[in-house]
Amino acid sequence: MTKTSDRYLPLIGVAGLILFWYVGYWVKIVDPVLLPPPHAAAMALWKGMAGGNLYSDFLVTVYRTLAAISIAAVIAIPLGILLGANERLYRSVEFVIDFFRSTPASAMFPLFLVIFGVGDRTKIFVAAFGAMLVILFNVAYGVMNARKTRILAAKIMGASNWRIMKDVVLMESLPQTFVGLRNGISLALVIVVVAEMFIGSVNGIGNRVFTAQQMFEMPDMYAAIFAAGALGYGMNIVFLMIEKSYVHWSGK
Amino acid sequence: MTMTAPLDVVSAPVCLGPGPDGSPSAHITVRGLHKQFNGTVIYENFDLDIPRGKFVSVFGPNGCGKSTLINLISGLIPIDSGQVRFDGKTLAQTKIGYVFQNYREALFPWMTAFENIVYALLLRKVARPEAEERVHKLVTHLGVKIDLKLYPYMMSGGQQQLVSIMRALIIEPEVLFLDEPFSALDYEMTLFMREQLQRIFEETGTTMVLVSHDLEEAVYLADYVLLLTRRPGRIAAYPLVDIPRPRNDATLADKDFVLLKASCLEIFQREVRRG
Ligand SMILES: Nc1ncnc2c1ncn2[C@@H]1O[C@H](COP(=O)(O)OP(=O)(O)O)[C@@H](O)[C@H]1O
Ligand SMILES: [Mg+2]
Repeated sequence: MTKTSDRYLPLIGVAGLILFWYVGYWVKIVDPVLLPPPHAAAMALWKGMAGGNLYSDFLVTVYRTLAAISIAAVIAIPLGILLGANERLYRSVEFVIDFFRSTPASAMFPLFLVIFGVGDRTKIFVAAFGAMLVILFNVAYGVMNARKTRILAAKIMGASNWRIMKDVVLMESLPQTFVGLRNGISLALVIVVVAEMFIGSVNGIGNRVFTAQQMFEMPDMYAAIFAAGALGYGMNIVFLMIEKSYVHWSGK
Repeated sequence: MTMTAPLDVVSAPVCLGPGPDGSPSAHITVRGLHKQFNGTVIYENFDLDIPRGKFVSVFGPNGCGKSTLINLISGLIPIDSGQVRFDGKTLAQTKIGYVFQNYREALFPWMTAFENIVYALLLRKVARPEAEERVHKLVTHLGVKIDLKLYPYMMSGGQQQLVSIMRALIIEPEVLFLDEPFSALDYEMTLFMREQLQRIFEETGTTMVLVSHDLEEAVYLADYVLLLTRRPGRIAAYPLVDIPRPRNDATLADKDFVLLKASCLEIFQREVRRG
Protein backbone atom coordinates (compact mmCIF):
# COMPACT_ATOMS: atom_id res chain seq x y z
CA MET A 1 0.00 0.00 0.00
CA THR A 2 1.38 3.37 -0.98
CA LYS A 3 0.05 6.40 0.76
CA THR A 4 -1.07 9.32 -1.34
CA SER A 5 1.64 11.41 0.28
CA ASP A 6 4.17 9.00 -1.29
CA ARG A 7 3.40 10.59 -4.63
CA TYR A 8 5.16 13.71 -3.48
CA LEU A 9 8.32 11.90 -2.42
CA PRO A 10 10.21 12.90 -5.60
CA LEU A 11 9.77 16.54 -4.56
CA ILE A 12 12.08 15.88 -1.63
CA GLY A 13 14.95 15.21 -4.00
CA VAL A 14 14.22 18.38 -5.95
CA ALA A 15 14.02 20.44 -2.77
CA GLY A 16 17.24 18.82 -1.53
CA LEU A 17 19.06 19.68 -4.73
CA ILE A 18 17.95 23.33 -4.59
CA LEU A 19 18.89 23.58 -0.91
CA PHE A 20 22.28 22.01 -1.58
CA TRP A 21 22.80 24.46 -4.43
CA TYR A 22 21.92 27.46 -2.21
CA VAL A 23 24.26 26.26 0.52
CA GLY A 24 27.01 25.83 -2.04
CA TYR A 25 26.33 29.31 -3.27
CA TRP A 26 26.34 30.91 0.22
CA VAL A 27 29.51 29.24 1.44
CA LYS A 28 31.10 29.96 -1.93
CA ILE A 29 32.25 26.43 -2.73
CA VAL A 30 33.09 27.75 -6.18
CA ASP A 31 33.37 31.23 -7.64
CA PRO A 32 29.85 32.78 -7.58
CA VAL A 33 30.39 33.74 -11.20
CA LEU A 34 30.49 30.04 -12.08
CA LEU A 35 27.71 29.04 -9.69
CA PRO A 36 24.93 31.60 -9.66
CA PRO A 37 22.07 31.12 -7.17
CA PRO A 38 19.21 28.84 -8.26
CA HIS A 39 16.77 31.71 -8.59
CA ALA A 40 19.06 33.42 -11.11
CA ALA A 41 19.11 30.25 -13.22
CA ALA A 42 15.33 29.89 -12.83
CA MET A 43 14.84 33.50 -13.95
CA ALA A 44 17.05 32.91 -16.98
CA LEU A 45 15.11 29.74 -17.79
CA TRP A 46 11.79 31.54 -17.48
CA LYS A 47 12.87 34.54 -19.57
CA GLY A 48 14.58 32.36 -22.16
CA MET A 49 11.62 30.04 -22.62
CA ALA A 50 8.96 32.77 -22.54
CA GLY A 51 9.69 34.19 -25.93
CA GLY A 52 13.46 34.44 -25.47
CA ASN A 53 16.24 32.90 -27.54
CA LEU A 54 16.29 29.73 -25.51
CA TYR A 55 12.80 28.88 -26.68
CA SER A 56 13.70 29.07 -30.37
CA ASP A 57 16.83 27.02 -29.74
CA PHE A 58 14.71 24.52 -27.86
CA LEU A 59 12.38 24.19 -30.84
CA VAL A 60 15.28 23.74 -33.25
CA THR A 61 16.63 20.88 -31.14
CA VAL A 62 13.19 19.28 -30.91
CA TYR A 63 12.85 19.52 -34.67
CA ARG A 64 16.27 17.96 -35.33
CA THR A 65 15.69 15.14 -32.87
CA LEU A 66 12.26 14.32 -34.24
CA ALA A 67 13.53 14.50 -37.82
CA ALA A 68 16.37 12.15 -36.91
CA ILE A 69 14.15 9.62 -35.16
CA SER A 70 11.62 9.70 -38.02
CA ILE A 71 14.27 8.99 -40.64
CA ALA A 72 15.75 6.28 -38.42
CA ALA A 73 12.37 4.63 -37.83
CA VAL A 74 11.34 4.68 -41.48
CA ILE A 75 14.53 2.89 -42.46
CA ALA A 76 15.12 0.68 -39.44
CA ILE A 77 11.67 -0.80 -38.82
CA PRO A 78 11.15 -2.45 -42.22
CA LEU A 79 14.79 -3.49 -42.33
CA GLY A 80 14.57 -4.89 -38.81
CA ILE A 81 11.53 -6.96 -39.72
CA LEU A 82 13.29 -8.29 -42.79
CA LEU A 83 16.39 -9.21 -40.81
CA GLY A 84 14.44 -10.66 -37.93
CA ALA A 85 12.39 -12.85 -40.23
CA ASN A 86 15.50 -14.25 -41.94
CA GLU A 87 17.68 -15.60 -39.19
CA ARG A 88 20.54 -16.46 -41.57
CA LEU A 89 20.46 -12.99 -43.07
CA TYR A 90 20.51 -11.51 -39.59
CA ARG A 91 23.44 -13.65 -38.49
CA SER A 92 25.39 -12.54 -41.51
CA VAL A 93 25.04 -8.83 -40.73
CA GLU A 94 24.81 -9.08 -36.96
CA PHE A 95 28.48 -8.32 -36.42
CA VAL A 96 28.44 -5.23 -38.61
CA ILE A 97 25.36 -3.87 -36.87
CA ASP A 98 26.78 -4.61 -33.44
CA PHE A 99 30.06 -3.02 -34.34
CA PHE A 100 28.56 0.26 -35.49
CA ARG A 101 26.07 0.21 -32.66
CA SER A 102 29.03 0.14 -30.29
CA THR A 103 30.88 2.87 -32.16
CA PRO A 104 30.31 6.28 -30.52
CA ALA A 105 28.25 8.18 -33.07
CA SER A 106 30.26 11.31 -32.30
CA ALA A 107 33.22 9.59 -33.95
CA MET A 108 31.24 9.75 -37.17
CA PHE A 109 30.86 13.56 -37.14
CA PRO A 110 33.87 14.35 -39.28
CA LEU A 111 32.86 11.79 -41.87
CA PHE A 112 29.30 13.09 -42.09
CA LEU A 113 30.65 16.67 -42.16
CA VAL A 114 32.71 15.89 -45.21
CA ILE A 115 29.76 14.27 -46.92
CA PHE A 116 26.89 16.57 -45.95
CA GLY A 117 28.59 19.88 -45.04
CA VAL A 118 27.92 21.99 -41.95
CA GLY A 119 24.16 22.45 -42.28
CA ASP A 120 21.21 20.95 -40.48
CA ARG A 121 21.45 17.78 -42.49
CA THR A 122 24.69 16.58 -40.93
CA LYS A 123 23.37 16.84 -37.38
CA ILE A 124 20.14 15.11 -38.30
CA PHE A 125 21.83 12.36 -40.29
CA VAL A 126 24.42 11.49 -37.64
CA ALA A 127 21.68 11.29 -35.02
CA ALA A 128 19.52 9.25 -37.40
CA PHE A 129 22.44 6.91 -38.04
CA GLY A 130 22.94 6.25 -34.34
CA ALA A 131 19.24 5.85 -33.59
CA MET A 132 18.72 3.66 -36.65
CA LEU A 133 21.09 0.97 -35.44
CA VAL A 134 19.46 0.89 -32.02
CA ILE A 135 15.97 0.57 -33.51
CA LEU A 136 17.11 -1.96 -36.10
CA PHE A 137 18.62 -4.19 -33.47
CA ASN A 138 15.53 -4.06 -31.27
CA VAL A 139 13.03 -4.67 -34.07
CA ALA A 140 14.99 -7.64 -35.40
CA TYR A 141 15.30 -9.00 -31.89
CA GLY A 142 11.57 -8.57 -31.29
CA VAL A 143 10.71 -10.39 -34.51
CA MET A 144 13.12 -13.24 -33.82
CA ASN A 145 11.81 -13.73 -30.30
CA ALA A 146 8.13 -13.88 -31.21
CA ARG A 147 6.52 -16.51 -28.99
CA LYS A 148 6.69 -19.85 -30.73
CA THR A 149 3.39 -20.96 -29.23
CA ARG A 150 1.50 -18.01 -30.73
CA ILE A 151 2.94 -18.73 -34.15
CA LEU A 152 1.94 -22.38 -33.83
CA ALA A 153 -1.51 -21.36 -32.63
CA ALA A 154 -1.99 -19.22 -35.74
CA LYS A 155 -0.58 -21.93 -37.94
CA ILE A 156 -2.94 -24.57 -36.61
CA MET A 157 -5.86 -22.18 -37.14
CA GLY A 158 -4.91 -22.18 -40.81
CA ALA A 159 -3.04 -18.88 -41.09
CA SER A 160 -0.80 -18.48 -44.14
CA ASN A 161 2.84 -17.53 -43.64
CA TRP A 162 1.98 -13.99 -44.68
CA ARG A 163 -0.84 -13.72 -42.14
CA ILE A 164 1.38 -15.18 -39.43
CA MET A 165 3.98 -12.55 -40.23
CA LYS A 166 1.51 -9.67 -40.37
CA ASP A 167 -0.92 -10.62 -37.63
CA VAL A 168 1.31 -12.37 -35.14
CA VAL A 169 5.04 -11.81 -35.54
CA LEU A 170 4.69 -8.10 -36.21
CA MET A 171 2.44 -7.58 -33.22
CA GLU A 172 4.74 -9.69 -31.09
CA SER A 173 7.67 -7.48 -32.01
CA LEU A 174 5.91 -4.19 -31.19
CA PRO A 175 6.86 -3.96 -27.50
CA GLN A 176 10.52 -4.46 -28.39
CA THR A 177 10.17 -1.97 -31.26
CA PHE A 178 8.99 0.63 -28.78
CA VAL A 179 11.95 -0.08 -26.55
CA GLY A 180 14.14 0.57 -29.58
CA LEU A 181 12.33 3.81 -30.41
CA ARG A 182 12.61 5.06 -26.85
CA ASN A 183 16.32 4.26 -26.65
CA GLY A 184 16.77 5.63 -30.15
CA ILE A 185 15.22 8.98 -29.33
CA SER A 186 17.38 9.39 -26.21
CA LEU A 187 20.46 8.68 -28.27
CA ALA A 188 19.32 10.99 -31.07
CA LEU A 189 18.90 13.84 -28.57
CA VAL A 190 22.38 13.27 -27.16
CA ILE A 191 23.93 13.28 -30.62
CA VAL A 192 21.99 16.35 -31.77
CA VAL A 193 22.96 18.37 -28.69
CA VAL A 194 26.62 17.42 -29.00
CA ALA A 195 26.58 18.19 -32.72
CA GLU A 196 25.06 21.58 -31.98
CA MET A 197 28.00 22.37 -29.74
CA PHE A 198 30.80 21.58 -32.02
CA ILE A 199 30.06 21.68 -35.69
CA GLY A 200 29.97 25.33 -36.78
CA SER A 201 26.50 25.49 -35.33
CA VAL A 202 24.49 28.69 -34.90
CA ASN A 203 21.44 27.46 -32.98
CA GLY A 204 19.95 24.66 -30.90
CA ILE A 205 20.15 23.94 -27.17
CA GLY A 206 23.68 22.55 -27.48
CA ASN A 207 24.80 25.74 -29.14
CA ARG A 208 23.11 27.83 -26.42
CA VAL A 209 24.87 25.93 -23.64
CA PHE A 210 28.16 26.33 -25.42
CA THR A 211 27.92 30.07 -26.25
CA ALA A 212 26.58 30.92 -22.78
CA GLN A 213 29.60 29.20 -21.31
CA GLN A 214 31.98 30.96 -23.70
CA MET A 215 30.50 34.35 -22.71
CA PHE A 216 30.37 33.53 -19.00
CA GLU A 217 26.60 33.99 -18.91
CA MET A 218 26.29 31.29 -16.30
CA PRO A 219 22.55 31.62 -15.45
CA ASP A 220 21.84 31.24 -19.19
CA MET A 221 24.03 28.17 -19.36
CA TYR A 222 22.27 26.49 -16.44
CA ALA A 223 18.94 27.45 -17.94
CA ALA A 224 19.90 25.79 -21.24
CA ILE A 225 21.09 22.66 -19.41
CA PHE A 226 17.77 22.37 -17.59
CA ALA A 227 15.90 22.95 -20.82
CA ALA A 228 17.83 20.06 -22.37
CA GLY A 229 17.09 17.90 -19.35
CA ALA A 230 13.40 18.74 -19.50
CA LEU A 231 13.38 17.92 -23.20
CA GLY A 232 14.94 14.50 -22.70
CA TYR A 233 12.71 13.69 -19.77
CA GLY A 234 9.60 14.95 -21.54
CA MET A 235 10.27 12.99 -24.70
CA ASN A 236 10.72 9.84 -22.67
CA ILE A 237 7.43 10.40 -20.87
CA VAL A 238 5.53 11.12 -24.06
CA PHE A 239 6.94 7.96 -25.58
CA LEU A 240 6.09 5.89 -22.54
CA MET A 241 2.54 7.17 -22.74
CA ILE A 242 2.22 6.31 -26.42
CA GLU A 243 3.72 2.92 -25.66
CA LYS A 244 1.33 2.26 -22.82
CA SER A 245 -1.75 2.95 -24.88
CA TYR A 246 -0.47 1.36 -28.08
CA VAL A 247 1.20 -1.80 -26.77
CA HIS A 248 -0.96 -2.12 -23.70
CA TRP A 249 -0.11 -5.80 -23.36
CA SER A 250 3.63 -5.22 -23.04
CA GLY A 251 5.09 -7.01 -20.04
CA LYS A 252 1.76 -8.55 -19.12
CA MET B 1 -24.49 -51.43 -13.94
CA THR B 2 -24.64 -54.97 -15.23
CA MET B 3 -22.29 -57.53 -13.82
CA THR B 4 -19.74 -57.52 -16.58
CA ALA B 5 -16.28 -58.84 -16.02
CA PRO B 6 -14.14 -56.45 -13.98
CA LEU B 7 -12.06 -54.05 -15.99
CA ASP B 8 -9.02 -56.21 -15.79
CA VAL B 9 -6.66 -54.49 -18.17
CA VAL B 10 -3.52 -55.39 -16.29
CA SER B 11 -3.46 -59.04 -17.23
CA ALA B 12 -4.61 -58.36 -20.77
CA PRO B 13 -1.95 -59.05 -23.40
CA VAL B 14 -0.07 -55.86 -24.21
CA CYS B 15 -0.66 -54.20 -27.55
CA LEU B 16 -3.48 -56.10 -29.20
CA GLY B 17 -3.85 -53.64 -32.06
CA PRO B 18 -3.92 -49.98 -32.85
CA GLY B 19 -7.48 -49.44 -31.64
CA PRO B 20 -8.96 -49.32 -28.17
CA ASP B 21 -10.69 -52.24 -26.49
CA GLY B 22 -13.98 -53.01 -28.19
CA SER B 23 -12.88 -51.75 -31.63
CA PRO B 24 -15.19 -48.79 -32.22
CA SER B 25 -14.97 -47.18 -35.65
CA ALA B 26 -11.81 -45.16 -36.16
CA HIS B 27 -11.75 -41.45 -36.86
CA ILE B 28 -8.00 -40.93 -36.84
CA THR B 29 -5.67 -43.65 -38.06
CA VAL B 30 -1.93 -43.51 -37.51
CA ARG B 31 0.14 -46.06 -39.37
CA GLY B 32 3.85 -46.81 -39.36
CA LEU B 33 4.72 -43.58 -37.57
CA HIS B 34 8.41 -42.85 -37.11
CA LYS B 35 9.83 -39.93 -35.17
CA GLN B 36 13.20 -39.27 -33.66
CA PHE B 37 14.84 -36.22 -32.11
CA ASN B 38 18.58 -36.00 -32.70
CA GLY B 39 18.94 -39.77 -32.79
CA THR B 40 16.55 -40.50 -29.91
CA VAL B 41 13.74 -42.64 -31.23
CA ILE B 42 10.39 -41.50 -29.86
CA TYR B 43 8.13 -43.53 -32.14
CA GLU B 44 9.04 -46.48 -34.29
CA ASN B 45 6.52 -48.15 -36.55
CA PHE B 46 3.70 -46.86 -34.34
CA ASP B 47 0.08 -47.65 -35.15
CA LEU B 48 -2.92 -46.04 -33.47
CA ASP B 49 -6.64 -45.66 -33.99
CA ILE B 50 -8.65 -42.91 -32.37
CA PRO B 51 -12.38 -43.58 -32.34
CA ARG B 52 -14.91 -41.12 -33.72
CA GLY B 53 -16.77 -38.78 -31.41
CA LYS B 54 -15.04 -40.21 -28.36
CA PHE B 55 -12.87 -38.71 -25.69
CA VAL B 56 -9.40 -40.26 -25.54
CA SER B 57 -7.02 -39.42 -22.71
CA VAL B 58 -3.32 -40.01 -23.31
CA PHE B 59 -1.35 -41.02 -20.24
CA GLY B 60 2.17 -42.32 -19.74
CA PRO B 61 5.55 -41.78 -18.13
CA ASN B 62 7.14 -38.35 -18.23
CA GLY B 63 8.88 -37.65 -21.51
CA CYS B 64 7.50 -40.76 -23.21
CA GLY B 65 6.16 -38.70 -26.09
CA LYS B 66 2.57 -37.82 -25.26
CA SER B 67 2.84 -34.24 -26.45
CA THR B 68 4.94 -35.34 -29.38
CA LEU B 69 2.20 -37.76 -30.41
CA ILE B 70 -0.55 -35.17 -30.63
CA ASN B 71 1.85 -32.65 -32.16
CA LEU B 72 2.69 -35.16 -34.87
CA ILE B 73 -0.96 -35.96 -35.52
CA SER B 74 -1.94 -32.29 -35.58
CA GLY B 75 1.01 -31.36 -37.78
CA LEU B 76 2.67 -29.02 -35.31
CA ILE B 77 5.88 -30.96 -35.82
CA PRO B 78 6.72 -32.91 -38.95
CA ILE B 79 6.68 -36.71 -38.94
CA ASP B 80 9.77 -38.55 -40.15
CA SER B 81 7.66 -41.12 -41.95
CA GLY B 82 4.32 -42.81 -41.66
CA GLN B 83 0.76 -41.85 -42.34
CA VAL B 84 -1.93 -39.96 -40.47
CA ARG B 85 -5.48 -39.90 -41.81
CA PHE B 86 -8.69 -38.37 -40.58
CA ASP B 87 -11.56 -40.40 -41.99
CA GLY B 88 -9.18 -41.19 -44.82
CA LYS B 89 -8.45 -37.49 -45.40
CA THR B 90 -5.11 -35.78 -44.94
CA LEU B 91 -4.48 -33.17 -42.30
CA ALA B 92 -4.72 -30.40 -44.90
CA GLN B 93 -8.27 -31.48 -45.70
CA THR B 94 -9.28 -31.58 -42.06
CA LYS B 95 -10.27 -28.87 -39.60
CA ILE B 96 -8.66 -29.43 -36.24
CA GLY B 97 -8.42 -27.48 -33.02
CA TYR B 98 -5.57 -27.42 -30.54
CA VAL B 99 -5.44 -26.13 -26.99
CA PHE B 100 -2.00 -25.42 -25.61
CA GLN B 101 -0.85 -25.97 -22.06
CA ASN B 102 0.59 -22.48 -21.89
CA TYR B 103 -2.51 -20.32 -22.39
CA ARG B 104 -0.48 -17.21 -21.58
CA GLU B 105 1.51 -17.68 -24.74
CA ALA B 106 -1.24 -19.09 -26.92
CA LEU B 107 -3.84 -16.31 -26.93
CA PHE B 108 -3.09 -13.01 -28.65
CA PRO B 109 -2.77 -10.34 -25.96
CA TRP B 110 -3.27 -7.49 -28.43
CA MET B 111 -6.82 -8.67 -29.11
CA THR B 112 -9.73 -8.88 -26.71
CA ALA B 113 -10.92 -12.37 -25.83
CA PHE B 114 -13.82 -11.89 -28.24
CA GLU B 115 -11.51 -10.85 -31.08
CA ASN B 116 -9.27 -13.82 -30.37
CA ILE B 117 -12.17 -16.14 -31.06
CA VAL B 118 -13.43 -14.14 -34.05
CA TYR B 119 -9.95 -14.21 -35.55
CA ALA B 120 -10.06 -17.99 -35.92
CA LEU B 121 -13.11 -17.58 -38.18
CA LEU B 122 -11.65 -14.66 -40.12
CA LEU B 123 -8.70 -16.91 -40.96
CA ARG B 124 -11.21 -19.36 -42.40
CA LYS B 125 -12.54 -16.61 -44.64
CA VAL B 126 -15.79 -16.12 -42.74
CA ALA B 127 -17.04 -12.54 -43.09
CA ARG B 128 -16.86 -10.48 -39.92
CA PRO B 129 -20.60 -10.01 -39.26
CA GLU B 130 -21.19 -13.74 -39.55
CA ALA B 131 -18.09 -14.49 -37.50
CA GLU B 132 -19.26 -12.28 -34.64
CA GLU B 133 -22.70 -13.81 -34.84
CA ARG B 134 -21.24 -17.30 -34.54
CA VAL B 135 -19.12 -16.37 -31.55
CA HIS B 136 -22.18 -14.99 -29.78
CA LYS B 137 -24.00 -18.22 -30.55
CA LEU B 138 -21.19 -20.37 -29.20
CA VAL B 139 -21.03 -18.31 -26.02
CA THR B 140 -24.76 -18.77 -25.47
CA HIS B 141 -24.60 -22.43 -26.42
CA LEU B 142 -21.83 -23.17 -23.92
CA GLY B 143 -23.33 -20.88 -21.30
CA VAL B 144 -20.02 -19.14 -20.82
CA LYS B 145 -20.13 -16.34 -18.28
CA ILE B 146 -16.97 -14.36 -18.99
CA ASP B 147 -16.65 -10.76 -20.09
CA LEU B 148 -15.14 -11.35 -23.50
CA LYS B 149 -14.46 -7.66 -24.01
CA LEU B 150 -11.49 -8.05 -21.67
CA TYR B 151 -7.97 -8.63 -22.90
CA PRO B 152 -6.59 -12.08 -22.05
CA TYR B 153 -4.05 -10.75 -19.57
CA MET B 154 -6.91 -9.28 -17.52
CA MET B 155 -8.44 -12.73 -17.04
CA SER B 156 -7.77 -15.59 -14.68
CA GLY B 157 -5.89 -18.61 -16.02
CA GLY B 158 -9.05 -20.67 -16.19
CA GLN B 159 -10.91 -17.98 -18.11
CA GLN B 160 -8.04 -17.66 -20.55
CA GLN B 161 -7.99 -21.40 -21.10
CA LEU B 162 -11.75 -21.37 -21.63
CA VAL B 163 -11.25 -18.69 -24.28
CA SER B 164 -8.55 -20.86 -25.86
CA ILE B 165 -10.96 -23.76 -25.98
CA MET B 166 -13.67 -21.61 -27.55
CA ARG B 167 -11.19 -20.29 -30.09
CA ALA B 168 -10.39 -23.87 -31.02
CA LEU B 169 -14.06 -24.91 -31.10
CA ILE B 170 -15.47 -21.98 -33.04
CA ILE B 171 -14.43 -23.40 -36.41
CA GLU B 172 -16.29 -26.61 -35.50
CA PRO B 173 -13.22 -28.81 -35.75
CA GLU B 174 -13.50 -32.51 -36.39
CA VAL B 175 -10.95 -33.19 -33.68
CA LEU B 176 -9.88 -31.18 -30.67
CA PHE B 177 -6.42 -31.80 -29.23
CA LEU B 178 -5.60 -30.62 -25.73
CA ASP B 179 -2.08 -30.79 -24.27
CA GLU B 180 -2.30 -30.70 -20.48
CA PRO B 181 -4.68 -27.76 -20.73
CA PHE B 182 -5.31 -27.42 -17.01
CA SER B 183 -1.92 -28.21 -15.54
CA ALA B 184 -1.01 -24.57 -15.07
CA LEU B 185 -4.20 -23.85 -13.12
CA ASP B 186 -4.81 -24.15 -9.40
CA TYR B 187 -6.71 -27.17 -8.11
CA GLU B 188 -10.07 -25.48 -7.69
CA MET B 189 -9.92 -24.06 -11.21
CA THR B 190 -8.79 -27.43 -12.57
CA LEU B 191 -11.87 -29.14 -11.14
CA PHE B 192 -14.10 -26.42 -12.57
CA MET B 193 -12.48 -26.63 -15.99
CA ARG B 194 -12.83 -30.42 -16.04
CA GLU B 195 -16.57 -30.00 -15.70
CA GLN B 196 -16.60 -27.34 -18.41
CA LEU B 197 -14.68 -29.58 -20.78
CA GLN B 198 -16.91 -32.54 -20.05
CA ARG B 199 -19.97 -30.43 -20.77
CA ILE B 200 -18.46 -29.06 -23.98
CA PHE B 201 -17.67 -32.60 -25.08
CA GLU B 202 -21.21 -33.75 -24.43
CA GLU B 203 -22.65 -30.67 -26.15
CA THR B 204 -20.54 -30.86 -29.27
CA GLY B 205 -19.66 -34.53 -29.62
CA THR B 206 -16.32 -33.54 -31.07
CA THR B 207 -13.60 -36.19 -31.09
CA MET B 208 -11.24 -35.12 -28.34
CA VAL B 209 -7.69 -36.16 -27.53
CA LEU B 210 -6.41 -34.98 -24.17
CA VAL B 211 -2.86 -35.36 -22.88
CA SER B 212 -2.87 -35.42 -19.11
CA HIS B 213 -0.33 -36.04 -16.39
CA ASP B 214 -3.10 -36.56 -13.87
CA LEU B 215 -4.44 -40.12 -13.99
CA GLU B 216 -7.65 -39.27 -12.17
CA GLU B 217 -8.38 -36.52 -14.65
CA ALA B 218 -7.44 -38.73 -17.58
CA VAL B 219 -9.81 -41.51 -16.55
CA TYR B 220 -12.56 -39.19 -15.34
CA LEU B 221 -12.89 -37.43 -18.69
CA ALA B 222 -12.17 -40.31 -21.04
CA ASP B 223 -14.12 -42.83 -23.01
CA TYR B 224 -10.79 -44.55 -23.63
CA VAL B 225 -7.47 -44.19 -21.86
CA LEU B 226 -4.46 -44.54 -24.12
CA LEU B 227 -1.60 -45.74 -21.94
CA LEU B 228 1.80 -45.37 -23.53
CA THR B 229 5.05 -47.15 -22.73
CA ARG B 230 8.42 -45.54 -22.27
CA ARG B 231 10.35 -44.55 -25.37
CA PRO B 232 10.12 -45.76 -28.04
CA GLY B 233 6.42 -45.31 -27.50
CA ARG B 234 4.02 -48.22 -27.86
CA ILE B 235 0.48 -48.77 -26.66
CA ALA B 236 0.65 -50.36 -23.19
CA ALA B 237 -3.13 -50.56 -22.88
CA TYR B 238 -6.14 -48.80 -24.35
CA PRO B 239 -9.05 -49.61 -22.05
CA LEU B 240 -12.65 -48.48 -22.32
CA VAL B 241 -13.95 -46.36 -19.45
CA ASP B 242 -17.40 -47.85 -19.19
CA ILE B 243 -18.90 -45.32 -16.83
CA PRO B 244 -22.00 -43.31 -17.77
CA ARG B 245 -21.95 -39.56 -18.33
CA PRO B 246 -22.34 -36.98 -17.03
CA ARG B 247 -19.76 -37.94 -14.49
CA ASN B 248 -19.54 -36.11 -11.21
CA ASP B 249 -17.94 -36.22 -7.80
CA ALA B 250 -19.68 -39.50 -7.09
CA THR B 251 -17.89 -41.01 -10.08
CA LEU B 252 -14.59 -40.59 -8.30
CA ALA B 253 -15.77 -43.05 -5.65
CA ASP B 254 -17.46 -45.40 -8.14
CA LYS B 255 -16.15 -48.95 -7.89
CA ASP B 256 -15.50 -49.37 -11.61
CA PHE B 257 -13.77 -46.02 -11.73
CA VAL B 258 -11.51 -46.87 -8.81
CA LEU B 259 -10.71 -50.30 -10.22
CA LEU B 260 -9.87 -48.98 -13.66
CA LYS B 261 -7.77 -46.20 -12.22
CA ALA B 262 -5.88 -48.71 -10.10
CA SER B 263 -5.14 -50.99 -13.03
CA CYS B 264 -4.03 -48.03 -15.16
CA LEU B 265 -1.73 -46.99 -12.35
CA GLU B 266 -0.29 -50.48 -12.19
CA ILE B 267 0.50 -50.44 -15.90
CA PHE B 268 1.96 -46.99 -15.56
CA GLN B 269 4.21 -48.04 -12.70
CA ARG B 270 5.29 -51.16 -14.52
CA GLU B 271 6.32 -48.90 -17.41
CA VAL B 272 8.14 -46.47 -15.14
CA ARG B 273 10.04 -49.30 -13.45
CA ARG B 274 11.00 -50.84 -16.76
CA GLY B 275 13.23 -47.86 -17.60
N1 LIG C 1 11.74 -30.40 -30.35
C1 LIG C 1 12.41 -31.38 -29.68
N2 LIG C 1 13.73 -31.57 -29.91
C2 LIG C 1 14.39 -32.55 -29.27
N3 LIG C 1 13.83 -33.37 -28.38
C3 LIG C 1 12.53 -33.23 -28.10
C4 LIG C 1 11.75 -32.23 -28.75
N4 LIG C 1 10.47 -32.32 -28.29
C5 LIG C 1 10.47 -33.34 -27.41
N5 LIG C 1 11.70 -33.90 -27.30
C6 LIG C 1 12.02 -35.05 -26.46
O1 LIG C 1 11.15 -36.09 -26.81
C7 LIG C 1 10.70 -36.78 -25.66
C8 LIG C 1 9.19 -36.76 -25.60
O2 LIG C 1 8.77 -35.43 -25.35
P1 LIG C 1 7.26 -35.07 -25.03
O3 LIG C 1 6.39 -35.60 -26.13
O4 LIG C 1 7.20 -33.65 -24.78
O5 LIG C 1 7.01 -35.89 -23.70
P2 LIG C 1 5.69 -35.93 -22.79
O6 LIG C 1 5.22 -37.34 -22.86
O7 LIG C 1 6.14 -35.60 -21.41
O8 LIG C 1 4.70 -34.96 -23.34
C9 LIG C 1 11.36 -36.12 -24.48
O9 LIG C 1 12.47 -36.87 -24.11
C10 LIG C 1 11.77 -34.79 -25.00
O10 LIG C 1 12.93 -34.37 -24.36
MG1 LIG D 1 4.05 -33.00 -22.63
